[in-house]
Amino acid sequence: MADFRPGTPDQEEFLRDLVGAGYLIESGVPGVYGRGDAFERVRLGFDAKVTAASETESPEHMVFPPLLPRRQMEDVGYLKSFPHLACTVFAFEGDEEQAAEQEQRADNHEDWSGHQRMTDLVLKPAACYPVYPAVAARGALAPGGVMVDAGGTYVFRHEPSGDPARLQAFHQREIVRIGEPETVVGWRNRWRDRSLELLRSVGLDATTDVASDPFFGRAGRLLARSQRSQELKFEVVVPIAGPEPTAVASFNYHQDHFSSVYGIEMDGDGDTTAHTACLGFGLERITLALVRAHGLDQDRWPAAVREELGL
Amino acid sequence: MDEMNDQIRRVIREHGHLSVDIDSLADDADLYQAGMASHASVNVMIALEDAFDVEFLDSMLKRSVFESVDSIAQALTEVGVEA
Repeated sequence: MADFRPGTPDQEEFLRDLVGAGYLIESGVPGVYGRGDAFERVRLGFDAKVTAASETESPEHMVFPPLLPRRQMEDVGYLKSFPHLACTVFAFEGDEEQAAEQEQRADNHEDWSGHQRMTDLVLKPAACYPVYPAVAARGALAPGGVMVDAGGTYVFRHEPSGDPARLQAFHQREIVRIGEPETVVGWRNRWRDRSLELLRSVGLDATTDVASDPFFGRAGRLLARSQRSQELKFEVVVPIAGPEPTAVASFNYHQDHFSSVYGIEMDGDGDTTAHTACLGFGLERITLALVRAHGLDQDRWPAAVREELGL
Repeated sequence: MDEMNDQIRRVIREHGHLSVDIDSLADDADLYQAGMASHASVNVMIALEDAFDVEFLDSMLKRSVFESVDSIAQALTEVGVEA
């Protein structure tokens, strides 16, 4: 079981306020909450703003379930980079006697994992993962490549925490760009700047910085520093609660990582390996940042912000 | 030094996934330019620690240390491998 990371006093106070005001509904497991009306209005309001911004580029839409074929997690090397965050789906396999034994143990809230076997599924850790094999399966891409809006779907990270901004299950709104390296990098940089404007337009004190992923272990330190030195990842950070501002959006250039795994090629001569980038908005974190910035009572939010979010 | 570099080259050949033959590269050639991806550099790092029975210092876990045979040899020397 992953260690529970307690929140700072102000994070825990913010969580109590969010639950008290009906934004979040406690489940008994840290980092897993229901969302009340007030929360969903804001989350969906910001999600609609992302849709409006991206539709100007006429993306293709793909919608995937919150589960991922286990094979895909294995192929992209997730277990090398983030073994500590992965969630795997297991299911019962056994006879009636074993089912009864399992039920007995479960009834006593004891460990009932003995007759559970790994299935072909994992919980989806990033909304963009299913897009790459889907695009690869079509064959070589025409010049200019594709932009795919993967929507705002639930993703999972196993990191129980008392910080309401560090959820185990949250909506990641992801858009993917696949094409020539310069096309992809230009797109990533433009969206980084656009997203800053988008977040500032709803009254958030947003800034952007070079960042790295939370890679695991000593090998992960090499990956993280390598990612930073090549400026492969940018984040937009916003104050929520706690000593440091929190990342609410990220802009990631994967070079040929996914395209070499799945064989995504551009139509043409010479080196035709496509490059990929994705951007992701953490919709829950943006919602929390808005509540933190403007208060629990949405009726008292600035009129301009309410209008931007369609509240 | 030759023996150490030969062993470094063996590790890179096995784990670096270069797009060219390591034998065609000089000791100061840029391995990333030669096609070594970040994930492959991690495998090289781990394999080097196994091969030389050492642990790189935390400060050495960065891209520039694994950039060439020379830079790797220098780091290995610093953690006590005799040239």
